[in-house]
Amino acid sequence: MRYLPLSDTNRREMLGAIGAASVDELFRDLPKAALASAKFALPNTASEIEVERALSTMAAKNLNCGAAPSFLGAGNYRHHTPASMDYLIQRGEFLTAYTPYQPEISQGTLQAIFEFQTQVALITGMEIANASMYDGATACAEAVAMACRVTKRSQALVSGNVHPHYRDTTATTMKFLDVGVECLAPDPYGVEDLIGRITDEYACVVVQTPGFFGHLKDYTALADACHKAGALLVVCVTEPVSLGLITPPGRIGADIVVGEGQSLAGPMSFGGPGVGLFATREKFLRQMPGRLCGETTDEDGRRGWVLTLSTREQHIRREKATSNICTNSGLIALAFSTHMTLLGEAGFTRLAQLNHAMAVTLADKVETLPGVKLLPNAFFNEFTLALPNAAAGVVEELAKRKILGGVPVSRFYPTYPELANLLLLTATETNTAADIYALVAALKEVLS
Amino acid sequence: MTMPTTASGNRGLQLEQGLIFELNTPGMTAVDLPTAPKVTERLGDMKNSQAIGLPGLSEPDVVRHYTRLSQKNYSIDSGFYPLGSCTMKHNPRLNEKMARLPGFADIHPFQPVSTVLGALELIDTCAAWLKDLTGMAAVAMSPAAGAHGELCGLMCIKSAHEANGQSHRKTILVPESAHGTNPATAALCGYAVEAIPANAEGRVDVAALKAHLRPEIAAVMITNPNTCGLFERDCIDIAKAVHDAGAYFYMDGANYNAIVGRLRIADLGVDAMHINLHKTFSTPHGGGGPGAGPTVLSAKLAPFAPVPMVVKVGERYDAEEHAGFGAAKQSYGRMKGYHGQFGVFVRAVSYMMAMGIDGLRQASGDAVLNANYLLARLSEELTPAFDGPCMHEAVFDDRFLKGTGVTTLDIAKALIDEGVHPPTMYFPLVVHGALLMEPTETESKATLDGFIESLLHLARKAKSGTAEADFKAAPMYSPRRRLDETKAARKPILRWLPPADGNGAKQAAE
Repeated sequence: MRYLPLSDTNRREMLGAIGAASVDELFRDLPKAALASAKFALPNTASEIEVERALSTMAAKNLNCGAAPSFLGAGNYRHHTPASMDYLIQRGEFLTAYTPYQPEISQGTLQAIFEFQTQVALITGMEIANASMYDGATACAEAVAMACRVTKRSQALVSGNVHPHYRDTTATTMKFLDVGVECLAPDPYGVEDLIGRITDEYACVVVQTPGFFGHLKDYTALADACHKAGALLVVCVTEPVSLGLITPPGRIGADIVVGEGQSLAGPMSFGGPGVGLFATREKFLRQMPGRLCGETTDEDGRRGWVLTLSTREQHIRREKATSNICTNSGLIALAFSTHMTLLGEAGFTRLAQLNHAMAVTLADKVETLPGVKLLPNAFFNEFTLALPNAAAGVVEELAKRKILGGVPVSRFYPTYPELANLLLLTATETNTAADIYALVAALKEVLS
Repeated sequence: MTMPTTASGNRGLQLEQGLIFELNTPGMTAVDLPTAPKVTERLGDMKNSQAIGLPGLSEPDVVRHYTRLSQKNYSIDSGFYPLGSCTMKHNPRLNEKMARLPGFADIHPFQPVSTVLGALELIDTCAAWLKDLTGMAAVAMSPAAGAHGELCGLMCIKSAHEANGQSHRKTILVPESAHGTNPATAALCGYAVEAIPANAEGRVDVAALKAHLRPEIAAVMITNPNTCGLFERDCIDIAKAVHDAGAYFYMDGANYNAIVGRLRIADLGVDAMHINLHKTFSTPHGGGGPGAGPTVLSAKLAPFAPVPMVVKVGERYDAEEHAGFGAAKQSYGRMKGYHGQFGVFVRAVSYMMAMGIDGLRQASGDAVLNANYLLARLSEELTPAFDGPCMHEAVFDDRFLKGTGVTTLDIAKALIDEGVHPPTMYFPLVVHGALLMEPTETESKATLDGFIESLLHLARKAKSGTAEADFKAAPMYSPRRRLDETKAARKPILRWLPPADGNGAKQAAE
């Protein structure tokens, strides 16, 4: 077995040093009956070439998005990954290190986290950010839990424009804490009235920008209304590339910004692992979940970094911690940060402009199709179309033509017949003009 | 010791590297993009009118920046990493290669199911291995990490109690030697926590545990093998008492690497256990994640498992994505976006296939052998906290340092100068000045012997009574010497800010 370096001679010598006759003797504390009854139906060791063969066969059963014009979004976006980003995160010193608990020999990871925290704070327009959460949906749940701690209230109001997985994850997590999460009906037309619903019972109001259905909205007035009622405004961002072009949530009054960093952090990988972004205002620092990296100096007075304020965390505070999170998304945060560094201000804003331009190009074409209506007036790289027929069937028909033509809203809301004809379409820099022509031609055919 | 200074601050291969924000060339980018088509923008009134503040760097500068940062890290690839509780085993590159196959990496979670049948098969393959290895009825694949898996298990338990009219059960029993995530998870699931003491031999005090069992107890969370590196011999007896009291038995699987392929945890009476794929199944830790924490469940808890779940309709795979429907009729809901940590599943399956059941059994055997070898050899100078044999971790207390002025922390920092990553320090809390060592099965005898020589040398040096100052000065040879953690916490600087806003960094208020 190629991953195991001990030889039989080594094992004998080591057993001798221990004073045991066999390895089995070292397992003498395990219940004998359980040892005896353990039978497994699994295969034995396999060579590298056999593993590659088996897994490549499985992978080949999937239609990968590079092999078909692809317009999928709904919280998970296909973007180009610079070659140097994937190379850098695969350096063994990053890939095979643990959480930086010994800072003297972990300055690489720590400095990268410090830079990540700064980048996240900058693009969200917030004051501080943590070292990452699992993903956007769990970060959203953590934001609501934090808002409850800050306001000492136990109700949350969630917009119908928030990603359904974020809504579900938040509602599920909070129900075990007896926090009431009121999820408003899905709002594809962007007409819900949040301000009118705010009361001083709510710890927070949760919205998303760009919204799940694509709408770009100015939430400044909502932020003011929240603050008047003593509630926090939580803003979710599922497509961080948008922050290269639109006003950051921090500037419209958000108190907590959470998001999914996947779209800037490498492949979609069927939705995981991603990286949860979590940013807030400095005054809420002590109520934040997750790890934080801070600047300090070493014994020789040189600048360095450490994990800090861990008295918020589970390994110190146990049941009084702000969260139970331990392992986060370190390597994906590094990928995010590396990509942001490669882009810089100029590349990031150009990437966002290119995404928007491709989406507008797509919108200009599809909204002229008979019976098709584009719902959002303002959008970034994704929008909802109302089709004349059920969107799920249309998507299946397009897939038969080897086009991944968007996500039907019914996939998330199967019990809402009024949403059955809605289709989410996304265009990014990975789409070409030819992709768009292919989709429009196929849609015309399928819809007629 | 005074070292000659250099003009650059560099020391040969130890290269200083500023923050990216200090390397800014405005307008520079390392990513060239195609020209955007001319369109009429549809951004409403949400177009950003202000600069963001990101620095501009060229591609060679970015590659050098992160290469230099990486060289300031210790890693498994570079050396011995016996960090207890963390299972720092070799990370095969085959796993990385497999996770990057376009059919796995370049697929979207909401493609039509007909176009991702191979992905569902991969998830089901991972689940099948975990179920067979543990003998459990079901496995929830969506938890993102160990603590998230704990939460999944407790959510299933709470849902089961509610379904059975047992909502009055509001307390979880947790041994005081447990990882901090156990009590934190119980609190996040809306439970009160009561601590169970350990006995003198490092195991759960079974009499004390039984005395705590009463109708308010919802579950007991026990790490097995436990954080003292010992197998809880009485776990079957504990499981029976817990079940008799109407509660559930949650086993924390952080230390599963010691027993994988040897017994099935179903035979221990376990109701739920998370499995850290980033520990036992070799997916990389990546400087803090991502992990994955699939949670195996008994038949009693299986109906409450979270969505999504892979199901089979005839011979065809499908995904049940909504609680309240089909196989997820009684599911408590969703706890994470999409389909779980798919990329981590690919790596774990790649490892499991490579190892096979015979390889996994050999791995747990070698992991335990390596730990017992450390226990036996180091006992020459160090003081083991408990009698052996241990499982895959050996724990020492600090009695051997008594009267020397040298602490566990000093030993750890001196080990850094010896070129190894220190063991876990001061955990478990029930062991005074603990050094918790987990060598794993992927270390050779030569590596262990080198580590043993270093540590015996340091123990003798400490006991000599003449080297306290050397210990306090360690580490000397790492990229940074001891860092001032008190200062970092007292005036937190958590991000860079341009110099105009105050000395290049933001000082957060107390």
